[in-house]
Amino acid sequence: MTPGTKALWVHLCLVVLLFALNFLLPEYHRGILSRVMVLSVFAMGYNLAFGYAGMLSLGHAMFFAAGLYGAGLTAYHLGWSVWPAFGAGFAAGTILAVIAGILALRTKGVAFMIVTLMFAQTFYLATLYFTTYTRGEEGLVLPQSARALSLFGISFSLTDPTVRYMLALVLLALVLFALLLLVRSSFGRALVAIRENEERMRMLGYDVFANKLSALIVSAAVCASAGAAYALLFGYAGSGFASIQYSILPLLWVLLGGAATTLGPIFGTLFMFYAVDITSSYTDAYMVVVGLALILLILYFPKGIAGAIRERWLPWLP
Amino acid sequence: MAFGPYLLLASLEGLVTAAVLALMALGLSLVFGVMRVVNVAHGEFYMLGAVIAWWSASLISGHPALGFLLALVVSPLIVAAIALLSDRLVLRRLNYEPQATIVATIGLLYIIQQLALTFYGPDARPVQAPFDMRLALPWFGYSAYKLAIIAASIFLIIATWIGLTRTKAGLVMRATQSDPDTAQAFGIPVDRVYAVVFALGAGMAALAAVLIVPIQQAHYLMGQDPLLLSFVVVIIGGLGSLRGTVVAALFIGLSDGIISMFFSPTLAKMLATLLVALVLVFRPQGLFGTAAR
Repeated sequence: MTPGTKALWVHLCLVVLLFALNFLLPEYHRGILSRVMVLSVFAMGYNLAFGYAGMLSLGHAMFFAAGLYGAGLTAYHLGWSVWPAFGAGFAAGTILAVIAGILALRTKGVAFMIVTLMFAQTFYLATLYFTTYTRGEEGLVLPQSARALSLFGISFSLTDPTVRYMLALVLLALVLFALLLLVRSSFGRALVAIRENEERMRMLGYDVFANKLSALIVSAAVCASAGAAYALLFGYAGSGFASIQYSILPLLWVLLGGAATTLGPIFGTLFMFYAVDITSSYTDAYMVVVGLALILLILYFPKGIAGAIRERWLPWLP
Repeated sequence: MAFGPYLLLASLEGLVTAAVLALMALGLSLVFGVMRVVNVAHGEFYMLGAVIAWWSASLISGHPALGFLLALVVSPLIVAAIALLSDRLVLRRLNYEPQATIVATIGLLYIIQQLALTFYGPDARPVQAPFDMRLALPWFGYSAYKLAIIAASIFLIIATWIGLTRTKAGLVMRATQSDPDTAQAFGIPVDRVYAVVFALGAGMAALAAVLIVPIQQAHYLMGQDPLLLSFVVVIIGGLGSLRGTVVAALFIGLSDGIISMFFSPTLAKMLATLLVALVLVFRPQGLFGTAAR
């Protein structure tokens, strides 16, 4: 088998495993896993910008929340059904990424981190300022009627755990294979090369700005679809999801799982979710766990779980 | 009250904000200027300063000035020691690589905040001001302590400036800032300079917190807004430029005081944040800084 087909098989097996887990796991863990799958799509989107293209953004909560509110607000106030609401969330995140990207990509390094942080903070404050529509910290709870999905003439309710799990899995699988294709395309390789040496790529005749901007837009579009899916599947949109914490979390998940690996974000999100879940049953101090994890990771495992696996055993892992 | 006195009150409040902000931002700017480290945990050092001030003031009974003076000495020292420790344990091992240190200081932020919540609790607690006096202005009475904050801040800023420009230690720091490799080659222990600068920056944040804690209570989340504001100040003033930092603190403090007295504070914060992001995009060296090297 060529490395390419081997990688494809590994990804297929993971998706099949996740599918099977729906029938094996008890209710509580299925609930957690559906949430983890949606959030790992968020992490995968972040990974494209941070891991592959080397853009350390501290503002991706803005794109996730744009998807969340794009879907949540239209479903809540305008009574849009699931598909148009999802589309609105997707579009909101993508358009925001075009504007934010054109401005923020004029800077790089530390300045880029601070600019993205500030943009996201502005967005967060905006969700608080327009509290008549967003209901601020308290958030919107979507009514049952907004969460009925019709597919091939059959109508599903998104409140049903199995429907929710399967839809999260479909989103995860679509994004996973799309990103797998993308990072192995010439575009994906150009991004990695830009991360490693921007000047040289410019000298070779690549349009660095256009490549980085496209990467940021695709990354934001993935994050926005995660946000839109989150709002519709779990029926809630609150400004907490726009706060700085949700810009830091995908960074943590990606670092933990392995930056610039396709599977890393899923491992990272899953691991962190259960680490917090288990520690919070012993102590309230789960933030210490997050903090320590960040410091220990950056000190000792800058490559993360999947990165370490790739380095030691499976060099063909994408 | 007529518009004039109202504006005067707003400006006085703004000046107090500016005084504290300038001290805190000076610490942040010093760390960034010399070490090229963006210290995201700076706000937590400020919070720790306030919490430790409350703790040490509560140790002493008697005149409130005694407790306050003790806090003024103890709090910056303890915070500086904690900063020194985190520099040795974490930052130095990352070779002060900018992106890695940001991730690490975010981790530090979470740890300090959670520990403060666990051991200090979610309540806001006050420290008594060292003296309780009101100056009777023709239109309203104003706390003399607030004016003392402004005076203390001016004194500390001038002391920092003299320390940086007129002493050997300052010379060593400036040499390290302009070229660490050459400084090392001339026998300057760059490693130790970094550790001292990081501790000094944290100490300044703690000092600012001790000054503010009699008028604004100590709370475990109090570091967040000042952190953002001091980022704003440092960026507008030009990263690493001390003069720019002070001017920008004055500008931001005053406009924050005046805007939030007349408009919605959320809107004011929103516009200020956006403005700063745009300054950084179109004028990365800041409004007062010199062109980037």
